[in-house]
Amino acid sequence: MAAQVDTSPAGAAAKPRAAWHRRLKQVLPTSDPFAVAGILIYVVFILVAIFADQLATHDPMEILFTDTYKLARSLPPGPDHLLGTTNVGRDIYSQLIYGTRGALLIGFAAAAAVVAVGTLVGLVSGYLGGWVDNVLMRLADIALGIPFLPFVVVLAAFLRPSMWNVVFAITILLWPNSGRVIRSQVLSVRERAFVEAAVVTGASKAQILFVHIAPNVLPLSFLYGSIAVGWAILTEASISFLGFGPSDTVTWGYMLQDAYASQALSRGHYNWFVPPGVCIILVVLAGFFITRGYEEILFPKLRR
Amino acid sequence: MSEALLRVDRAAKHFRVSRSIGDVFAGRHRVVKAVDGVTFALGKGESVGVVGESGCGKTTLGRMLLKLIAPSEGAIEFDGVDIATLSGDALLDFRRRAQLVFQNPFDALNPRFTIKSALAEPLKNTHVPKGEHEARMLEAMQRVRLQDVEAYYGQYPHQLSGGQLQRVVLARALVLEPEFIVADEPVSMLDVSVRAGILNVMREIGEEMGIAAIYISHDLALVRYVCSRTITMYLGMVVEDGPTEEVVRRPQHPYTQALVKAVPTPHLDQSHDELPIRGGMPNPLNPPSGCRFRDRCPYAFARCAEETPPLRQVAPKHFAACHLHDQAA
Repeated sequence: MAAQVDTSPAGAAAKPRAAWHRRLKQVLPTSDPFAVAGILIYVVFILVAIFADQLATHDPMEILFTDTYKLARSLPPGPDHLLGTTNVGRDIYSQLIYGTRGALLIGFAAAAAVVAVGTLVGLVSGYLGGWVDNVLMRLADIALGIPFLPFVVVLAAFLRPSMWNVVFAITILLWPNSGRVIRSQVLSVRERAFVEAAVVTGASKAQILFVHIAPNVLPLSFLYGSIAVGWAILTEASISFLGFGPSDTVTWGYMLQDAYASQALSRGHYNWFVPPGVCIILVVLAGFFITRGYEEILFPKLRR
Repeated sequence: MSEALLRVDRAAKHFRVSRSIGDVFAGRHRVVKAVDGVTFALGKGESVGVVGESGCGKTTLGRMLLKLIAPSEGAIEFDGVDIATLSGDALLDFRRRAQLVFQNPFDALNPRFTIKSALAEPLKNTHVPKGEHEARMLEAMQRVRLQDVEAYYGQYPHQLSGGQLQRVVLARALVLEPEFIVADEPVSMLDVSVRAGILNVMREIGEEMGIAAIYISHDLALVRYVCSRTITMYLGMVVEDGPTEEVVRRPQHPYTQALVKAVPTPHLDQSHDELPIRGGMPNPLNPPSGCRFRDRCPYAFARCAEETPPLRQVAPKHFAACHLHDQAA
């Protein structure tokens, strides 16, 4: 009788290509024009970072000389030096290209670390609860209470100011944000019936946490990851601008610091300090656009 | 009664309520007695309906029976073993033998699992040999009348309708070939048009596979369709227990009488008497003394406030917890 009503699944003939496209749409916010612009900006920067060796015209730290063996200081933009040179004769364009690599490396490394730590803490804290939850969340409170710049200054004093120490500092300071949000999401997901259904069918705690709960909070991790990239780049720039940045890598923050210390601003060397500033703004903005697109995927109610 | 598969002995579940400042100063812990001393036994292959209004503790009872929450008092024995003591392999064996069907099929399947992986999961978890998986899954799908199995396997839960989903949920319980199933409001979230199909499948499961089942429902009509025995709960206690037809035709407890009367029937000449009881359920934090139903009961008398009525036999296999049936008085 009514049994026959249910016999053929709706949309069984859905084409694999459509499924693939839907998958892509779940991972990348392709419907929002701002998000697409953000993705494009990122793609360009990532390509620049990868092909920095091919794109750069000079060694970024090399002190250059003109054909007449004079120091190539403060040259205006031209065919030899696309963005001119610094006051000690370094090629600004090449610095910008290598700076992209440094900034993205720090941004992505820090974001990956923040997301990994935050997600793990959030999962464990939210699922186990009890004293584990208490300890982890109080640690998060402490980390949130640490004043940012003084902490970085102290850290730079104790450890060598290298790129990985900057990543380390950013991770310590940013994990609580994603950790807390993931935890609250876990608290709601673990109450859903399919988690109980897994218990009834004999799933172990680890299985429930990593097979059933984790995939359902992972989109949120990605969201926080895309926020963290921008934050990390911005943070690195401010650390470098203060002079506590990595000494072994050229970054945009280093360029700004160099320009500031050499009074490029008052001398009107816009070709020196504007490009790295614009790049930082573009990357952070692109990160924000992508984040916004993600939000619409994750919380469809935000759509107008 | 035949050999008992499940024995519930004065099982109770008390939930602590978060304390107010007043409670802290008074050094008091307030508790809600969601289930308060439930005793019954379930024979092999027997199907029992548990009815009662929202908040009477029937879902909590069902969760205790499957060791999803631990009882605060009393014991639950499955096949002669107290389930509170189960762990490791013994617990896994219990999981294989006792299954749950959920109220809300839209939430009972992980949205990121295909139907096939959702069906295979219980088999993997309970270490069923891999060679048997295909056959068992196919058999379960046929049991619940889902034809065109291959087409379903690749789909995700959001691509199916409520009725189809509930069949999958049912199949997921059946792949383990359990001996006991708890079905918590199995059709309350479904359209009326697909309910009958699901109910027929469930009746078949009981009759052909000999699976013992507890159907938790607020709907007497459903219970009457599927179950041979009915238990009525009120505020955490069993107030009536008997063969379904008896309970429906000759309810002995005033609360069951009201429940039977409240079932809508499609007869226009049905009498539209007012229900004999009024008001809502009392605050479970502060239940009435004696019989918990007394403040809504039209027959309440002095003794009801003083003494909690025990379950007394009123007919063969038929029990009711009401002082009206005390022969001695």
